[in-house]
Amino acid sequence: MKLVVAILRPEKLNEVLEALYAAEVRGISSSRVQGHGGELDRVETYRGTTVKMELSDKVRLEIGVSDHFVEPTVKAILSAARTGVIGDGKVFVLPVEKVYRIRTGEEDQAAVTPVPESLVAR
Amino acid sequence: MNGADTSWVLVATALVLLMTPALAFFYGGLVRSKNALNTMMMSFVSLGFVGVAWALLGYSLAFGPGSPVIGGLSHAFLRGVGLEVAPAAQTIPHLLFMAFQGTFAIITAALISGAIVERKRFSAYVAFITLWCLFVYSPVAHWVWGGGFLSKLGALDFAGGTVVHINAGVAALVAAMMLGPRKDYARQATLPHHVPFVLLGAGLLWFGWFGFNGGSALAANGPAALAFVNTFLAPMGTLVVWSLLDFKRSGRMTAVGAATAIVVGLVAVTPAAGFVSPLSALGLGAVAAFPSYFAIVYRARTRLDDSLDVVAAHGLGGTVGALLTGVLAEKAWNGTVDGLLFGNVRQFFVQILAVLVTIAFSAAGTYVLLKLVNLAIPLKVGARDEGLGLDVSQHGEEAYSSGEGAILVLPGLNREATLPVAAPQPVPEGGRV
Repeated sequence: MKLVVAILRPEKLNEVLEALYAAEVRGISSSRVQGHGGELDRVETYRGTTVKMELSDKVRLEIGVSDHFVEPTVKAILSAARTGVIGDGKVFVLPVEKVYRIRTGEEDQAAVTPVPESLVAR
Repeated sequence: MNGADTSWVLVATALVLLMTPALAFFYGGLVRSKNALNTMMMSFVSLGFVGVAWALLGYSLAFGPGSPVIGGLSHAFLRGVGLEVAPAAQTIPHLLFMAFQGTFAIITAALISGAIVERKRFSAYVAFITLWCLFVYSPVAHWVWGGGFLSKLGALDFAGGTVVHINAGVAALVAAMMLGPRKDYARQATLPHHVPFVLLGAGLLWFGWFGFNGGSALAANGPAALAFVNTFLAPMGTLVVWSLLDFKRSGRMTAVGAATAIVVGLVAVTPAAGFVSPLSALGLGAVAAFPSYFAIVYRARTRLDDSLDVVAAHGLGGTVGALLTGVLAEKAWNGTVDGLLFGNVRQFFVQILAVLVTIAFSAAGTYVLLKLVNLAIPLKVGARDEGLGLDVSQHGEEAYSSGEGAILVLPGLNREATLPVAAPQPVPEGGRV
């Protein structure tokens, strides 16, 4: 199992989510973060006070996947999140020692395998 | 000169001026947070640029003596606009009349912005509304209120159904079509970022509208009271009908719907305010809910990105109000003229003519001015700036900045030395619209 962590432009989040759903990747957490990825600083001015904004708004996705799902996941993110301009973000793939699904107590591979749609309570 | 009249118009002028910041909150709450300041500034900037244009030239073009088509230049730079009585209102100072009318020009230009938010280049917008005030708003104001040909025909427009709302609504339609949709339009949900702002704006608009309609009597008298009470009743009728339509459609009454309903009711009663009975005003408000409600539902399914539904609320609401004025006007209440319902068929056709003339002129004038501005400044920001948000790209500010990661730039300090890492050069920006 791997944990895919992606840092994205907020305005690209929708496209990335669409690409992930299309690749049948389920089970995503997202959070708003601020970061610096080497892009030029934005200069803002408030009543004569000029500031350089070192941190830009980004979205951080965390996706736990089984090994054979790593490639489609990463590909979906790369293609949907890219604008070609500095500040597009990063994708990290991390090893995972153990995964539990809280609802059932399932472990590892079973815990990151999406529940078949027929079993999802409507 | 009359002290009571003067004091009421003084207060009304301040009330109408407040409507432009109110509009800023109404529109600002409806956009995404990354465009909140830009949207609000589109209203606020009108207080400056349109206000100055009005004082220096617009007032003379609208209310100076001239031809049936346009006023002259005799009052340019406020020449001859002093403390004597106003030619158009024999009991208040001329200078006050100029200021009162100026507040109308300011908000009319700002109304257009709702159709083109989240994508219009700010400098192009400022140039456009300044020119629009002078060459579209002022002539129409002259036709209807300044002794021009529509007023000679007897067109009824108490406080600006044609001059303000149809005019701004049609300009909004043309501008939205020429600019094209936002890049995210119909691809992602673009939700209001602060609905309480929308309600605050609608409430303040209603408050200011008492000056807009009540003040348009230009006196503290019976017609002012009639216009005031009609402004009180009509939006209530709209709000009730709109809420019921909402309830029927989705089983819920929505807050954004309620705020929209109030504005639609206010727009619809504007041309009728001093001409119809209070019960007619209530009915007019109720009826006006239907076309605007269904136009908004329908518009969202089209490619027309009139982002905040200026066409449905102001263009359509103003048209319904202007036409119904010709139906519901009642001599018993206004002392001068009856409408269709009271046997005066001609009035209805005069109203139709006034509406059509305003639509045609506003559409043509807006088209020409936008083409003209586009020669000097591209109308739309690039797709990247749209993604980043117009607050940062157009103003270098954020509405909701945490201040985290902000480094103070002090003059004289080596700016590069304060960087934790050397900033690389950006890739040259791609195609601009």
